[in-house]
Amino acid sequence: MASPSQPSTEVAIPGGDSVPLSVYDLTVAYHRKPVIWDIGFDVPAGSLVGIVGPNGAGKSTLLKAVMDLIPRASGRVRVFGKPYRENRHRVGYVPQRESVDWDFPVDALDVVTMGLYGKIGWLRPVGKQHRDAAMEALERVGIAELAHRQISQLSGGQQQRAFLARALVQDADLYLMDEPFAAVDAATEKAIVDILREMKSRGKTAIVIHHDLQTVPEYFDHAVLLNMRIVAHGPMDEVFTQENLQKTYGGRLTLLEEVSEAMRRRERSL
Amino acid sequence: MSRTQFFVAVSCTLAIVLVLGVWQFIMPSESDSGRPTWDEWTRLLLLKDYNTRVVTLGASLLGCAGGIVGSFTLLRKRALMGDALSHATLPGIALAFMAANALGMSGKSLPVLLLGAVATGLLGVAAILLIRNLTRLKEDTALGAVLSVFFGAGVSLLGMIQQMETAAAAGLKGFIDGKTASMGMQDTTLITVTAIICIGCCVAFYKHFKLLCFDEAFAAAQGFRVVVLDIALMALVVAVCIVGLQAVGLILMIALLVIPAAAARFWTQRMSRMVVIAAVLGAVGGMAGAGASALFSKLPSGPMIVLVYAGFFVISMVFGPQRGLLLRWRRRVRLNRSIDRQHLLRAIYEVLDLSGQRSTKDAPPFATVAQLLRRRSWSPWRLKLAIARACRAGDVQQIKERVELTESGLAEAARLTRQHRLWELYLINYAEIAPSRVDQDADAIEHVLEPQIVARLESLLASSQSEFPESPHELAPAENAFLTRAAHGA
Repeated sequence: MASPSQPSTEVAIPGGDSVPLSVYDLTVAYHRKPVIWDIGFDVPAGSLVGIVGPNGAGKSTLLKAVMDLIPRASGRVRVFGKPYRENRHRVGYVPQRESVDWDFPVDALDVVTMGLYGKIGWLRPVGKQHRDAAMEALERVGIAELAHRQISQLSGGQQQRAFLARALVQDADLYLMDEPFAAVDAATEKAIVDILREMKSRGKTAIVIHHDLQTVPEYFDHAVLLNMRIVAHGPMDEVFTQENLQKTYGGRLTLLEEVSEAMRRRERSL
Repeated sequence: MSRTQFFVAVSCTLAIVLVLGVWQFIMPSESDSGRPTWDEWTRLLLLKDYNTRVVTLGASLLGCAGGIVGSFTLLRKRALMGDALSHATLPGIALAFMAANALGMSGKSLPVLLLGAVATGLLGVAAILLIRNLTRLKEDTALGAVLSVFFGAGVSLLGMIQQMETAAAAGLKGFIDGKTASMGMQDTTLITVTAIICIGCCVAFYKHFKLLCFDEAFAAAQGFRVVVLDIALMALVVAVCIVGLQAVGLILMIALLVIPAAAARFWTQRMSRMVVIAAVLGAVGGMAGAGASALFSKLPSGPMIVLVYAGFFVISMVFGPQRGLLLRWRRRVRLNRSIDRQHLLRAIYEVLDLSGQRSTKDAPPFATVAQLLRRRSWSPWRLKLAIARACRAGDVQQIKERVELTESGLAEAARLTRQHRLWELYLINYAEIAPSRVDQDADAIEHVLEPQIVARLESLLASSQSEFPESPHELAPAENAFLTRAAHGA
């Protein structure tokens, strides 16, 4: 099934080394949860991409499918021209804040060092150079003075910054962020935006799920409008139009959604 | 306090009460020879007996391994999996015994029995996972069902064995309640090896397990095999459960995996320390329990170990310096007191506002106790306490019925009242809350207003530092339930 507004044939060739993320014909059929169909888009290097769409549009599902966290029904994902697992060291992930139990016996610095566990390797302990790198990342997000505070004592915004620092410490080239701006204070929002800009200036790429439509054109230069399928994607001024937003958010009961609802019902009745 | 902690607490307390009760019944009826002599005590404490040495070493190593592995499963929120697993070992033990006998081997061979235990233990876990994945039942339901069915099957099989041949089957019962006292060198060696392997694995894969427990999705995105790590953790649980069957019995095995870890959580906010504390509590508890059992020959070892753990848990829960109840209670009292102080100061200020006293500077501003009682719905006793505390803090001076604000008290009262009104104005203007309700709403929130939030309120409401907003609602005396009741009573 071709997506109605953007035929995905234009990304028929998988992205080369220089393309941070190339998604082609991605479909995820997920247990009783939102489904995404025929997703295809390329992300140019050095861009800040905002993924927007209503609740249940499959935004998190898309990011998770890119990182092989959930099985794909079909489709192909290339990260810098290779499958994700071959280039995962170049990807930094910021999961949703609600996805973990913050009453866990670790402090902010511990959380950030977790970003280095893959590099530290088996059997080796966390060394001073790792802690220094983590501290530096905490400084970049502006909560270095809270490094030794237990994570449940941090505010929501500070927790989010710790998560961001954990991705920063990986020194990746592509960052995938799942709603980093959700329920954060103004200072945190500004800190995250500053970091995104700094990333861009250093040629890094960030793909960010974002909820606040008002700030999308201000924070990002590219947009992916998603509602189970891609409504539009590309440079901000081209795709972030009233008409496309209407297509993404309006008319919630499209045929597509009815079908997926019917599938969910059938699943439940089994 | 989470629900699990609550249940562990309640059951531990009950267990202690029960044992103390039973103790009272048992002890007097026994002759003097039942009580350990001084010599027996020293023999135990100095580990003079070879047998005691073997038993206490085994029990403490087992407790140590249980504490370490249990810390991880607790944080992975899979604490009860060990319970299902240990109960599910019983049919395996019985079947292994029957099979060995049928093949003409000795049914009491420990490796054979434990092999059977592993087999059905894993089968039980697999059954739980299958039920969870194939149906829409939750894990706890599946766990309860599988645990009881496997245990029931095991007990039935034991009954069948006993009907067939009574003599050889006697030892099998020991797996249910544990029999540390008869643990031999073979058992202790097995426990030692397993404990060393478990500790080694947990040290080697500490980072992996920590990441798995905290943030599974991030671990997977980093390329860690979450499924493999989960299986590894489960394998450690299996190992501890199986070697622990002999010592504490399968019914109480779960205590070794849960209680030291849960108790350790009260003492620290760092995972590495939690694991170490759990290991130490586990080891000490195991040693003490086994020792008690060696001293009083009638006391079974498994329950003694669990009771020592229960003691540790209750102490940790009450006195734990990080999350203990005492500490939290003190924090709450302190918070309530500071809120009461703020309310008192603001009430005085509002009385001054109503009577127009605010501007006069020559005499110290005051409110009477009766006026204050009308402003807040406090009991006279609570007001009295609040005033006494404010006196000690230097905010007010009480002269008979007059409560006078000191200079610093007045400044603080003004600051608090201003903060309260700013917040009220914000609620009315931005949150569209009715002015008649706004007082209560602001009451609940104003105590958490930090300076930067107040600053933002000021800029939002375009109110400068010097400006003092009027109350947005009438400062009519609030209805004091205590006063009304007193009036009706009189």
